[in-house]
Amino acid sequence: MNSYLAYFTSFLLIMMGIYAVIFKRNLIKIVIGVSLMESGVNLFLVALGYRKNGIAPIYTMAPSGHKMVLPTPQALTLTSIVIGLATTALMLTLTVLLYKHYKTLDPTKIRGLMR
Amino acid sequence: MKSDMSTVVRTITDFIFGFIIVFGIYIIIHGHLTPGGGFQGGAVVASGFALFFVAFTHDFNRKKPQKLYGMFESIGLIIFILLAFFGIYKTFFYNFLANSGSLFGMTIRPGINPGYFNTGGVVPLMNMAVGFEVACGLSLIVYLLYRGEKKDREDSESE
Amino acid sequence: MKTAYALIFMTIVVIFMFYAITTLHPMGSPLHSEMDDYFIKNAQIEVGTNNVVTSIVFDYRGFDTLGEATVLFIAVISVVSLFRGVKKDEE
Repeated sequence: MNSYLAYFTSFLLIMMGIYAVIFKRNLIKIVIGVSLMESGVNLFLVALGYRKNGIAPIYTMAPSGHKMVLPTPQALTLTSIVIGLATTALMLTLTVLLYKHYKTLDPTKIRGLMR
Repeated sequence: MKSDMSTVVRTITDFIFGFIIVFGIYIIIHGHLTPGGGFQGGAVVASGFALFFVAFTHDFNRKKPQKLYGMFESIGLIIFILLAFFGIYKTFFYNFLANSGSLFGMTIRPGINPGYFNTGGVVPLMNMAVGFEVACGLSLIVYLLYRGEKKDREDSESE
Repeated sequence: MKTAYALIFMTIVVIFMFYAITTLHPMGSPLHSEMDDYFIKNAQIEVGTNNVVTSIVFDYRGFDTLGEATVLFIAVISVVSLFRGVKKDEE
């Protein structure tokens, strides 16, 4: 079980994010839950490309005699982080506009379309 | 609510704002030698600007900084696309400056070496364009989220 | 009632994720790494940078970076346009 520890950590982060999205009654806490889920997925992506006793894939003053870890998942994680940031910015903007209109942050009281 | 930030915050921001900007520009420019690059350095510069917006709330009554930030962000993205189109005689996104002897085109021996700045082809130029765009875009988002709430509070108090 | 449904759903998700993690390859020795070995060996000769990750992001897979810059630009445009009606509602 020692070799699966990073995967279990990212799974724990994703479960905490799902718990925050389902069970919390404040719009800001739901946005924080979505951001936690994105962090868990990025950690899982980077942990996939690990080599045992590997060093960072950079040639500037690197210690000699070691293999390098895979650089492709790190490049994909960069794109994923930026997209997560764009999503969070839009969610926060919608939260500010909702608060300005309904004067409350409780998602069970914002039911304007149902009437 | 006329609460400005305290004197400690304003003095420290005066002192440390320049260091944050220089550190972010260092990360952007040395993107092809050390870990970092355009996106990471742009995020550091944007967090420096966010500190500046939050610390000086009442002295910041310039007319419309969002036009200036929007123009710089568009310039960064346009330069990035132009650099992608310059190598169109072979493919899109062709690295036409690598190993060529002109602006960023020194050839290096493969292996472990202390980094040489003159290498990399079109990658440092793309780093600078993307860093410019990300820094201005993120500080524009922070400014808009901050100003939209402040104006609402001022208007609801003057009534 | 809604709490009970949510708890059952989360228990099912936890059981499935536990089972899925144990079927993964153990960490430390990836299965297929031919593409990354080519990148590590040839990034200094072809592109000329010391940083292999930056050469992948901006040279070997530059088209994804173009899409990512566009997504960031569209997010900024959306925030600007959503906050444009604020001033007119107050007056």
